[in-house]
Amino acid sequence: IKRFPPPRFQSLCRDLNSTVLVFVKGLFLYICFSYCVYFLLLRTVGGSNTVYEWSLSINHSEEEEPAKYPYQHIRQAEDVQQQIIRETFHLVSKRDDNVCNFLEGGSLIGGSDYKLIYRHYATLYFVFCVDSSESELGILDLIQVFVETLDKCFENVCELDLIFHMDKVHFILQEVVMGGMVLETNMNEIVGQVELQNRMEKSEGGFSAAPARAVSAVKNINLPEMPRNINIGDINIKVPSLSPF
Amino acid sequence: MALKIVKGSIDRMFDKNLQDLVRGIRNHKEDEAKYISTCIDEIKQELKQDNIAVKSNAVCKLTYLQMLGYDVSWAAFNIVEVMSSSKFTYKRIGYLAASQCFHESTDVIMLTTNQIRKDLSSPNQYDTGVALTGLSCFVTPDLARDLANDIMTLMSHTKPYIRKKAVLIMYKVFLKYPESLRPAFPRMKEKLEDPDPGVQSAAVNVICELARRNPKNYLSLAPLFFKLMTSSTNNWVLIKIIKLFGALTPLEPRLGKKLIEPLTNLIHSTSAMSLLYECVNTVIAVLISLSSGMPNHSASIQLCVQKLRILIEDSDQNLKYLGLLAMSKILKTHPKSVQSHKDLILQCLDDKDESIRLRALDLLYGMVSKKNLMEIVKKLMLHVDKAEGTTYRDELLTKIIDICSQSNYQYITNFEWYISILVELTRLEGTRHGHLIASQMLDVAIRVKAIRAFAVAQMATLLDNAHLLTGNTQHSGICEVLYAAAWICGEFSEHLEDPMATLEAMLRPKVATLPGHIQAVYVQNAAKLFSTVLCGQEGAPADSKVAQETSQLLIDRLPVFVQSDNLEVQERASCILQLVKYIQKLQQKDVEVAEEVTALFAGELNPVAPKAQKKVPVPEGLDLDAWINEPPSGSESEDEGRKTKGKAVFAREESRHTKPRYTEVDEKELAMRREVRKAEQANNPFYIKASPSSQKVYQEAVGVEHIPVVQIDLSVPLKVPGMPMSDQYVKLEEERREKNKADRKKKDKKKRREKGRQRRGDSGPESEEDITPAHMVDIVTEEMPENALPSDDDDKDPNDPHKALNIDLDKPLADSEKKLPVRTHRPDEVLKSPIEDAEGLEVTSEPKKKSGKEKDKERKKGKEKKKKKHKQEEGEDLMEAGSEEPVQSKVTNDVAAQPPASTPEASDLDFWLSNAPVPSDPQEAAAVTDAPPASTPDAASGVAAVVPDSEPEETKSSKHKKKKQKKEKDKKKKHHHHHHSDGAREESVQNGTVEDEEPLPPMSNYAMLAENSYIKMVCDIQGNLHDGSQVVVSVIFENKCDSFIKSMEFNVMDSLNSKLQRPEGAGPHDSLTVPFHLPPGISSEARFIFSVQSIVMPQKLKGTLTFIVKTEDSSTHEKLDFKLHFTCTSYLITTPCYSDAYAKLLESGDLKGSSLKLEGINQPFHHLLARICFHHHFSVVERIDSCASMYSRSIQGHHVCLLVKTADQTVSIDAKCDEPGLLRNVLDEIKLTFSQC
Repeated sequence: IKRFPPPRFQSLCRDLNSTVLVFVKGLFLYICFSYCVYFLLLRTVGGSNTVYEWSLSINHSEEEEPAKYPYQHIRQAEDVQQQIIRETFHLVSKRDDNVCNFLEGGSLIGGSDYKLIYRHYATLYFVFCVDSSESELGILDLIQVFVETLDKCFENVCELDLIFHMDKVHFILQEVVMGGMVLETNMNEIVGQVELQNRMEKSEGGFSAAPARAVSAVKNINLPEMPRNINIGDINIKVPSLSPF
Repeated sequence: MALKIVKGSIDRMFDKNLQDLVRGIRNHKEDEAKYISTCIDEIKQELKQDNIAVKSNAVCKLTYLQMLGYDVSWAAFNIVEVMSSSKFTYKRIGYLAASQCFHESTDVIMLTTNQIRKDLSSPNQYDTGVALTGLSCFVTPDLARDLANDIMTLMSHTKPYIRKKAVLIMYKVFLKYPESLRPAFPRMKEKLEDPDPGVQSAAVNVICELARRNPKNYLSLAPLFFKLMTSSTNNWVLIKIIKLFGALTPLEPRLGKKLIEPLTNLIHSTSAMSLLYECVNTVIAVLISLSSGMPNHSASIQLCVQKLRILIEDSDQNLKYLGLLAMSKILKTHPKSVQSHKDLILQCLDDKDESIRLRALDLLYGMVSKKNLMEIVKKLMLHVDKAEGTTYRDELLTKIIDICSQSNYQYITNFEWYISILVELTRLEGTRHGHLIASQMLDVAIRVKAIRAFAVAQMATLLDNAHLLTGNTQHSGICEVLYAAAWICGEFSEHLEDPMATLEAMLRPKVATLPGHIQAVYVQNAAKLFSTVLCGQEGAPADSKVAQETSQLLIDRLPVFVQSDNLEVQERASCILQLVKYIQKLQQKDVEVAEEVTALFAGELNPVAPKAQKKVPVPEGLDLDAWINEPPSGSESEDEGRKTKGKAVFAREESRHTKPRYTEVDEKELAMRREVRKAEQANNPFYIKASPSSQKVYQEAVGVEHIPVVQIDLSVPLKVPGMPMSDQYVKLEEERREKNKADRKKKDKKKRREKGRQRRGDSGPESEEDITPAHMVDIVTEEMPENALPSDDDDKDPNDPHKALNIDLDKPLADSEKKLPVRTHRPDEVLKSPIEDAEGLEVTSEPKKKSGKEKDKERKKGKEKKKKKHKQEEGEDLMEAGSEEPVQSKVTNDVAAQPPASTPEASDLDFWLSNAPVPSDPQEAAAVTDAPPASTPDAASGVAAVVPDSEPEETKSSKHKKKKQKKEKDKKKKHHHHHHSDGAREESVQNGTVEDEEPLPPMSNYAMLAENSYIKMVCDIQGNLHDGSQVVVSVIFENKCDSFIKSMEFNVMDSLNSKLQRPEGAGPHDSLTVPFHLPPGISSEARFIFSVQSIVMPQKLKGTLTFIVKTEDSSTHEKLDFKLHFTCTSYLITTPCYSDAYAKLLESGDLKGSSLKLEGINQPFHHLLARICFHHHFSVVERIDSCASMYSRSIQGHHVCLLVKTADQTVSIDAKCDEPGLLRNVLDEIKLTFSQC
């Protein structure tokens, strides 16, 4: 089996004028409606001797140096993932604002049953990859719900919030989409659950977490002045929204 | 201690957290890789610390790095550690990391089972939620099997938050572990009516997803979904349901009729565009499913088309796109209604959005007619010239070809025009579709005899200008065209004007740069041309000089090809070269050779349909594997073949001898197949690659419009390369049509004058039929073998995970299925999860179930009373009738759950559907409802007659109807009870045991492997479902002493036949390290994979386990020998089999039989069956009384069928299998099993 070269590390965030690509099952949000299919794909690409791989990681936790591992034993999921993100970004970023928000799927994302559905907010693209069982317009609305949820949870979300808090973004997304299936479409419900979980995290942290929080607050002072808005109101796509979600 | 914590946390605040990492990466744009590798080193240090907070921080950073494309699988074990933290904060980070990095081949996943189970039963709902979310991303078949029960329990959790997640994740579980679908389905169905909208939406989501893949199994849910559709206000749910109906209607046209009205109402009433769009879509699906002869539905079509037009005209590109998409669906069945919007669609071709243009192209495909084909293609050709980006241009190209060639070139009236279009298309630079154009050229040239002369002339021009095509782009696909050109020129060389020139063109040295397969065709066809030249010349013997020159030309030029690195080219060239040399010799002696050379290529080639070869049915009595002759004497037949050739000196090459028996082909079927194929092509995945247009647009084409068209010499095709000629044909065609029309008018007038009153139906001047083809073309249809089988099942993807979910859900659950299989062999695990235990008891334990049944009976009785009351009360209250519904449906469920019931759901559905047209006459209505019960004979097997329980929608229509139905029901109920109390069991049971039978003794598949005072090993051997050559051995190691056991190493002496799979690079005698340590009293399981070659014989492998026993002060090295016994049974895999498939299998006759008799067996029959099922991996296909058929399959695909019969303590087993050795051994093992108990 021909192996890929070792992973080349590229972050789209920085290469492309601080444009963050939020790609379900990709860079930020690595989950999608076609998740299982996607992983089948990864498995066929990266399939290797499982027992050996496993013993590698066990050995590793004991002593050995990672540098000794030849690259061919590293699974290739990340490569495929990066390729998908790169290609998707190329596709999406080239599109004008006045063209439609659907892209038909290519072989990389699983074939013609899949579509890329995206929305463009200022410098951010939110791309969902869905199969034909989802309603296109419904997904556009779902993206809107997701972005508005982010906005509420981060209190005026900006792209830097997403860059620096990818874990939180994930936690929020997990309340919207779970294992590639739409879980909840009611924004208030989502926000409520996220807040309850955050509260729980805070109460667990208690005294011992306080110093770390303080330090990180100090560190954050040094952050460059960030634009505090990604213009959610200024939506380029006119979609008559689904009434009660 | 407290101080330590504070100190730890102060240390920690200077650790890098995620934000620092991100910031660092952003600040090190130049040397990012270096920065990240130092970060990874830091992370490794952090992971080594004991502090869980530090670890989780490290894991959090790793998650980010994974996102950037770094491999972090080495940290999988640490992720598991963080997952198992007791604090929610860390647990959440751990599960997030796991959901990002784990996949099926991550081995530590095996270690997570118990942790996940613990989290699932955690009192904190967010622990459970986080575990469910994580699991949904990395669930494996093993996890699905082990946790299915726990998740099913969560589906009835008190918190809706957990419920909805549990419901949703069940889909993933079904995919990985299809056996869980049937047992879990009733509960899933309940969730459709959950009070919480989120849970309901999740359940709808899951069932829609399931139904999309296997719609027919979910038809029986249609009434329920119909109710939801008319009651729900959640648009998301509505959309899902409407989409689901779209998938169901093709299977059940009656459903469609029922749907039309509410859907049209929704279309009129909704304000949400997404809902409107989905409604339109489903209405279209309904209309497609209904036969076209429904006049009253034209209104619905009009409504749809009209709404879609509004969408397409909208300024929002999204709506425009979707409108076109939906339009293309209507097009398939109602092309007329779409064709009226041709203007709109052509307009869309000019849209700046590529996706929209592509969709419009799709539509055009269905809109062409004889009349407008040329016009449309002309428009498309303009777009081809304008198009930027090769992808779109290629798309246009394929569309043009698709449009023209559809339905066997139905719309092409002038093939000269089509050939010129094809020739023009060859000028596209950088297209990938050269082969497509080539195959079109070949197809047209072969099948349209009348066009051959023209085609040959064109192809000769192409060959002459080959340098234009190959040009600078060597590997562009367009040179494929030359393949077709060379072949056509060679094969139909009699039409060539100047074969000599063409021959010369084909032998130019530059040809050697073409791809090998094209060169091969060149060489071969050069030979054909050569024969033509000879023929032409030898007519006039004076010109023998020319013929000799030709031979010399070949002899001069062919050596280039003889040196080719392509084997095919080399072989052909050297063969032909020798031939020509021989001919030259003959020529020098003035021998007439032309005739014999021509005989080389005599005969005509007929087109053969794709897959024709595959469709030839094997004639009866022909065994393809048998020797035709005795192997050594093969040469004789060849000789005979040569004799029959008679006078020809050169035997014809057999490979070219495709001249087949001319057969009558079923035109219709052919057309249909073609249609289907075209439709598939039309739906091809178009990958939009908006890459910059690096290719220049063809330059000469720019000026095309301004070149004055030469009007004079139209019949002679222009031979100037780079000049599009098709336009002229368009003009020509128009003129011709005008003329024809005029002619016909004259004729018509004449006719009218002659036959005064006779009317002509199709006298409309624009009608299709008026357009006659330019020249009568004889389109040869593709040949198919006689009685070809019209099976086109080779498109299905065998790897589709949804295939396994094609499970009949209406079949009542058998006892054995009511609970998900729990792995009984792990006593420690069962103890660990009391909840699961309780659940298990509730569902399956025998006494409780009986009481449940009694309850059922009571409930039924209660209902009967109620009904009697009803009967007395003449004034029946409709409200009350409605309120009774839930009770009734409950009963249905219960009845359904009992094995003897036939499929009540199906009859429900029929009933529900048959009510669709509401009969106005009450009498009639009564007749309708009476009909189904009457058809089921009450007496014969009354149990099977189950009342159609679902309440009809139109209760209002008649009270009489209702009452009659009630009576029927009462009757039925009595029958039902009667039979139950009888315990009559003559009906056949589909799946395993009949109820009321004694419970089985507990069984375990784990056999003792070896044991000493320190450790005990038990093992289970299973075939690997996915790999026919692998067997998985699960060994449970149990620490029996009170010391710590570590460094266990497992080794087996490989035999020739079976080998332990060791990691790459390990030697054949190296031992495998068991990946865990065993504290005192703990047992744990490890799996080893063996590869096996032959599965016919049982085997024994010797092995050793070495380990270190560590006590507080010393450690000793110990060893335990064991013998692994691979029985033939362990190569069998439990595979369900339906009785019809089973019968077919037995009928097929390639199974060999064997039988076995067991005496003195005094256990109940169902125990016997269960034992065979359990120990020998069989499944029961059908059981009737004391006779059962069973089935299993080996990992290498052998079928094993058993027929088990019992009569007073004697059990006879008749078995059949395609591998007699395997069967014998399996039977021996079965015998052994029963001798032991």
